[in-house]
Amino acid sequence: MTVLLEARGVGKSFGGVQALKEVSLTIAAGEIYGLIGPNGAGKTTFFNVLTGLYQRDVGEISFDGKPLRLSSPHQVAHAGVARTFQNIRLFANMTALENVMVGRHLRTRAGVLGAVFRNQATRKEEAAIRRRAEELLRYVGIEHRADTIARHLAYGDQRRLEIARALATEPKLLALDEPAAGMNATETAGLKVLIEGLRADGLTVLLIEHDVRLVMGLCDRVAVLDYGEKIAEDVPASVQKNPKVIEAYLGGTA
Amino acid sequence: MGLIAVALAIAPLVIGASLGNAWVRVLDFAALYIMLALGLNIVVGFAGLLDLGYIAFYAVGAYLYALLASPHFGLHWPIWAVLPLGALVAGMFGILLGAPTLRLRGDYLAIVTLGFGEIIRIFLNNLNAPINITNGPKGIARIDPIMLFGHQLSKPVDIGGFSISGVMLYYYVFVIMALAVVFVGIRLQDSRIGRAWVAIREDEVAAKACGINTRNVKLLAFAMGASFGGIAGGLFASFQEFVSPESFGLMESIMVLCMVVLGGMGHIPGVILGGLMLTILPEAFRQGAGPVQHAMFGKVLLDPEALRMLLFGLALIAVMLYRPAGLWPEPRHRRELGR
Repeated sequence: MTVLLEARGVGKSFGGVQALKEVSLTIAAGEIYGLIGPNGAGKTTFFNVLTGLYQRDVGEISFDGKPLRLSSPHQVAHAGVARTFQNIRLFANMTALENVMVGRHLRTRAGVLGAVFRNQATRKEEAAIRRRAEELLRYVGIEHRADTIARHLAYGDQRRLEIARALATEPKLLALDEPAAGMNATETAGLKVLIEGLRADGLTVLLIEHDVRLVMGLCDRVAVLDYGEKIAEDVPASVQKNPKVIEAYLGGTA
Repeated sequence: MGLIAVALAIAPLVIGASLGNAWVRVLDFAALYIMLALGLNIVVGFAGLLDLGYIAFYAVGAYLYALLASPHFGLHWPIWAVLPLGALVAGMFGILLGAPTLRLRGDYLAIVTLGFGEIIRIFLNNLNAPINITNGPKGIARIDPIMLFGHQLSKPVDIGGFSISGVMLYYYVFVIMALAVVFVGIRLQDSRIGRAWVAIREDEVAAKACGINTRNVKLLAFAMGASFGGIAGGLFASFQEFVSPESFGLMESIMVLCMVVLGGMGHIPGVILGGLMLTILPEAFRQGAGPVQHAMFGKVLLDPEALRMLLFGLALIAVMLYRPAGLWPEPRHRRELGR
C-alpha cells in the first residue's frame, strides 16, 4: 500500500472553538476513503484545511511523498488535490463546458499575448482544452448538456459537472464533500457507479458523506470524526459496530 | 462587417456636412469613451471587481503624454512612442491599485478605488510645488497634436479640393484605435485568461479551488483594464492639446461605469452601445432641450443643463428597474438554445 496522503496531528480552532483536534489519518493510493461524523464534527473543516482554504494551526500534511506546506488553494490544486463543495459552487452563468474548461486553467499556460495574437501554440492549447472538457463531460455523463448554463442544470447534473470540473485539474486525490446530499435514490445510485468508475481509473477518492448506505457500500476505509477528534478508523463493517461511533451518532448513554 | 466599416468611414463626413464639426468632435469623444468603457469592462464586467476610480488611469495616460510632449518640460516625444509607454505605466498603476485591494470585494473595493481615483487627481492638482511637475490646477497647455505622415492632425488636409478637418482626422485615428481595443477585448474574453476572470466573478472560492491563482489573475485584470485607460488618456491629451486635473473627477469615473452597466456588463457590443449612447444623447439633449422648449412653450422653462441631469437620472433608474442586466446584455440563453 502506497500512502498518498498523510495528515499528522492537524488542528484548527476558530476563536475558542477547537474544530479539529490533532486529527491524523492516512489515505492509500487508489482507495475510497470515507470521512463521516455527526453535524459539526469537523469534516468540512478538515476538507478546507486540506485544500488550503483555511490554514491549519498545527500539524503536518504530506501529499504524494511531499510535505504540503501552509499554502493557498491553487497550490494545493497544483499538487494534485481537487475538491467539490457541500453546497455546489459552480460558475453559475457559464456553460457546463466552460465550467470544465476553467478547470483546465491550472494545466495550461496561454497568457495575454497568446490570447491577443492567437498564435499556433495558443490555438492548439485552446483546442486541447475544449477537447478534454468535452471528454470529461462525456465521462460524467452530461455531454448533451455542454451548452447549458450551469445554473439551469438539474441538481444531479450540477453535482456531476462539479466533479468533471474537479477532474479537469488532473488530480491524484479527489475530495468530494457530501456529493449525494439532496440527491434522490436513483441519482445516488448513479453517483455510486461514477465514483467506482473513478477508482477503477486509478483515482483516489476522499468522501464526506451522510448517506450511510452509500459510505458503507463504497468506501474501503472510513474515519469517524466527533467534536473535531478522530474516534475511529477502520473498514466500514467494523466502524459500524464501534461503540464510540454508535455513541457519537445516537448520543451518550445516560 | 463591411457595412459597419463603410458606416464608420462616412459617418464623420455625413455628420460634419449636416450637423457641423462640433458633432464630429462628439464622435471623437465617443470613441475615447468607448475605449475607456471597454477597459473598465475588463475589471468590472469580466472580473466582477467594482472600480470607482477608473478615470485615474485615463489621467495617468493623459498626463504622461502631456509631460513628454509639450513645452512644459520642453520634451516632444512622438505619440506612437508615448502610447505604449502610457499603457505600460497605467498598467503599473493598475497593479498598484490592485495589490492592496486583493481581499476586498463589492462596496469595500468600490470605496478604496474611489479613494485611489481622488488621490491621483489631488496629486495632479498639487504637484506644482516644491518642484513643478504637473503645473497644478492650471494644467498643461500647448500639448503636441498627433503627427501622422509628417502632418499635424489638428490641421485640415485637402484631398482633391475637398477639405477634411482636424476633428475628422482625429476621428479616423480614434476609431482605428477603438477598433484595436475592441479586438483585444474580444480576444481576451474568449481565452483562458478571460475564462479565469469570469470564474473569479462567478465564484472566487471555487475559482481558487480550480487552481486559479486569483491574486495574479485579478492583478492582470486591473493592469489590462488600466492600460486601455492609459492609451485613451494619451489620445485625449493630444486631441485637447490641454490637460488639467478637473477633467479627471469622480463624475467621469461614474460616467464610464454607467456606460458599462447601462450597456450590459461583460458584453462587449453592449458596452460599446453604452459608450455611444452616453456620449451622444446628453450632447443632443444639451443642444436640443432649449429650442424644443422654445417651440413648445414659447420660452425656456427649465434650464437644459438641469433637465439633462434629471433625465439622465431617470433613465438610469428606468434601465435598472426594467433591464437590470443592461440594454444589450450577453445573449446567454440564445447561445444555449443555438446548437
